[in-house]
Amino acid sequence: MVSKSKKLIDSDIKVAISKPYKYGFSTKLDIDTIEKGLNEDIIRLISEKKKEPKFMLNFRLKAFKKWQKLKSPYWSNLHFSEINYQELTYYSAPKIKKISSLNDVDPELLKTLEKLGISVSEQKRITNVAVDVVFDSVSIGTTFKEELAEYGVIFCSISDAIKDYPDLIEKYLGTIVPTDDNYFTALNSAVFTDGSFCFIPKEVKCPLDLSTYFRINDQQAGQFERTLIIAEENSYVSYLEGCTAPQYDDNQLHAAVVELIALKNAEIKYSTVQNWYSGNKDGQGGIYNFVTKRGLCSGKNSKISWTQVETGSSITWKYPSCILLGDNSIGEFYSIALTNNYQQADTGSKMVHIGKGTKSRIVSKGISSGNSINSYRGLVDMNKKAFGARNYSQCDSLLIGNLSNSNTFPFISVQNPKTKIEHEASVSKIGEDQIFYFQQRGISVEKAVALIISGFCKEVFNELPLEFAAEADKLLSLKLEGSVG
Amino acid sequence: MDKKIPILEIQNLNVSIKNTQILKNLNLIINKGEIHAIMGRNGSGKSTLSKVIAGHPAYKILSGDILFHGQSILEIDPEVRSHMGIFLAFQYPVEIPGVSNEDFLRLAYNSKRQYEGHEEINPIDFLNLLNDNLKIVQMNSTFLTRNVNEGFSGGEKKKNEVLQMSLLNSHLSILDETDSGLDIDALRIISKGILHNLKDKDKSIILITHYQRLLDYVKPDYIHIMHEGSIVETGDSTLAKKLELTGYDWLSNRKKNSV
Repeated sequence: MVSKSKKLIDSDIKVAISKPYKYGFSTKLDIDTIEKGLNEDIIRLISEKKKEPKFMLNFRLKAFKKWQKLKSPYWSNLHFSEINYQELTYYSAPKIKKISSLNDVDPELLKTLEKLGISVSEQKRITNVAVDVVFDSVSIGTTFKEELAEYGVIFCSISDAIKDYPDLIEKYLGTIVPTDDNYFTALNSAVFTDGSFCFIPKEVKCPLDLSTYFRINDQQAGQFERTLIIAEENSYVSYLEGCTAPQYDDNQLHAAVVELIALKNAEIKYSTVQNWYSGNKDGQGGIYNFVTKRGLCSGKNSKISWTQVETGSSITWKYPSCILLGDNSIGEFYSIALTNNYQQADTGSKMVHIGKGTKSRIVSKGISSGNSINSYRGLVDMNKKAFGARNYSQCDSLLIGNLSNSNTFPFISVQNPKTKIEHEASVSKIGEDQIFYFQQRGISVEKAVALIISGFCKEVFNELPLEFAAEADKLLSLKLEGSVG
Repeated sequence: MDKKIPILEIQNLNVSIKNTQILKNLNLIINKGEIHAIMGRNGSGKSTLSKVIAGHPAYKILSGDILFHGQSILEIDPEVRSHMGIFLAFQYPVEIPGVSNEDFLRLAYNSKRQYEGHEEINPIDFLNLLNDNLKIVQMNSTFLTRNVNEGFSGGEKKKNEVLQMSLLNSHLSILDETDSGLDIDALRIISKGILHNLKDKDKSIILITHYQRLLDYVKPDYIHIMHEGSIVETGDSTLAKKLELTGYDWLSNRKKNSV
């Protein structure tokens, strides 16, 4: 008689890994779309469809010209076939009228939102979070708008903001992330269709968490979202972002730009749980996620904190950064990046210390399983005038199985001798003996992995808003169930 | 003695790892309420035997069978074997960073309760239960907030194993060199812990050890000597004393002579 051999256990694990992606369904909707391809006429068409003021069209056209001169970045540790930008569709919107009450939304769409666990309908909305939902190219509605307006907080789609608050947009858009910052920011600036806009006035602590839910539905459409958050003096806001996409065999492109600006004493807390479709177990399909996120701590004592849980996408290219301009301003980056199967993640943070006494903290947790590649890439830059600035970075990697790959590329540039930089890194592996120890105590492989992962990620979970932390924890264990071989 | 009821029966067991055969035609019967000690040289297959009983996936069973309560367990997952009542105190308990000892113990305890069809115990009641068990191994409660075995001293790791043994209260406990590397006080505490577990007369224990010292505290009914993957000698407690005096050399000689 032969005992249940290791091979069998490995195959159990494979079955558990290939748990279907829960959000992989697509919704059949009447959509308003334009022909594929990218040229000046398309950009004019997008701008026209969105009834934008003239300055926006100029912004877009300028960006497009710059994009044509730029090249796709090659320095990351990512491997993917070239993207044919003429094969993509740059505008796709469900045919709905902009609505005041979300009760009149296409029932198909409402069903989809319910399946995704988002309640936008008036009766069922979550009580302490205001939600903006972006479906392919457009925002389909924002909750709690009026209530927030009482506090002077503006929370709406960026398309609405362009029409309703053109002065703010013209003043800030593209100032933190210049259009020609890189290939993808130029592309985004030329064709972005929607995203969220938040404005927190002076002395206001935003009473609700603001959140945007991004959903890619259309198979050919790229999603180019643009988010701008402005926190005026002495204000505070916590913003959350979630994303999912259907399961298609080909790759979809998502190239977002997020700009944050915190004035004197203001604080912005930005949390992301990214769960785009990551491709199947052979690496087919999935989202290409090229994102530029940057925050400017322009005022004294301001603070920007990025927290991200990256579990999806076949490719992630993302480096949320902080420019610490104001004296004593603080930048933080807490990240969990999980890759499985053939996923590739190249992510990290840039902390640029300009002001005196600025502080930054980077805590990055990378978990790699299957054949995936997971890289941390970061920059800590101490400028000439950054007297007394400090940085602490910690990069921990956890490997599962023998085929995954984990890298750390920390860059440090110091031009001021009165600064302090600390860097810690560790690599560990979930081993067979650890798992057997759990099993011997009656704990299943799934639970054991979940427990080890949550232990590994604890420091980052602590930074997430409560509901998000629970969701993220669940998401990670779901993604990894049984992936120990 | 009462009628003997076998709890563990190992029949002609042959086991290999990475194409090297470790256990050869091994036979062993443990009855309810019995204490067995297994001794033998390093590398004679004692730890392999303990891990195979617990279901470690790295070992391949070539032939033979292991019955627990009369049922073959070869096809049963390690966690279910644990629920059925097999406990293994590891020779080298692994460290698990990021997981607190208390959470680990509660999850282990509740998994077993769930298997037995009981409701999970809540954290507060569990803490009371734990505190009683902590007293047995004379450890203070700061032990619970630390990560599982992380940075534990050799003695603390072994105490943690005995704590888990007493908490899970299994029918059959296998202690793989739980007495190795302990100072005299720690050995006494651990022996007491083992004896505490044996208050229930139905419990059976396999002690894998190199030393007489432990057997002075926990008196075995049988002593087996393993040599090159088989049990070559079985006797009563006098056998251990003989080993203390003569070592294992006579084993190889005797084998040679018998050929």
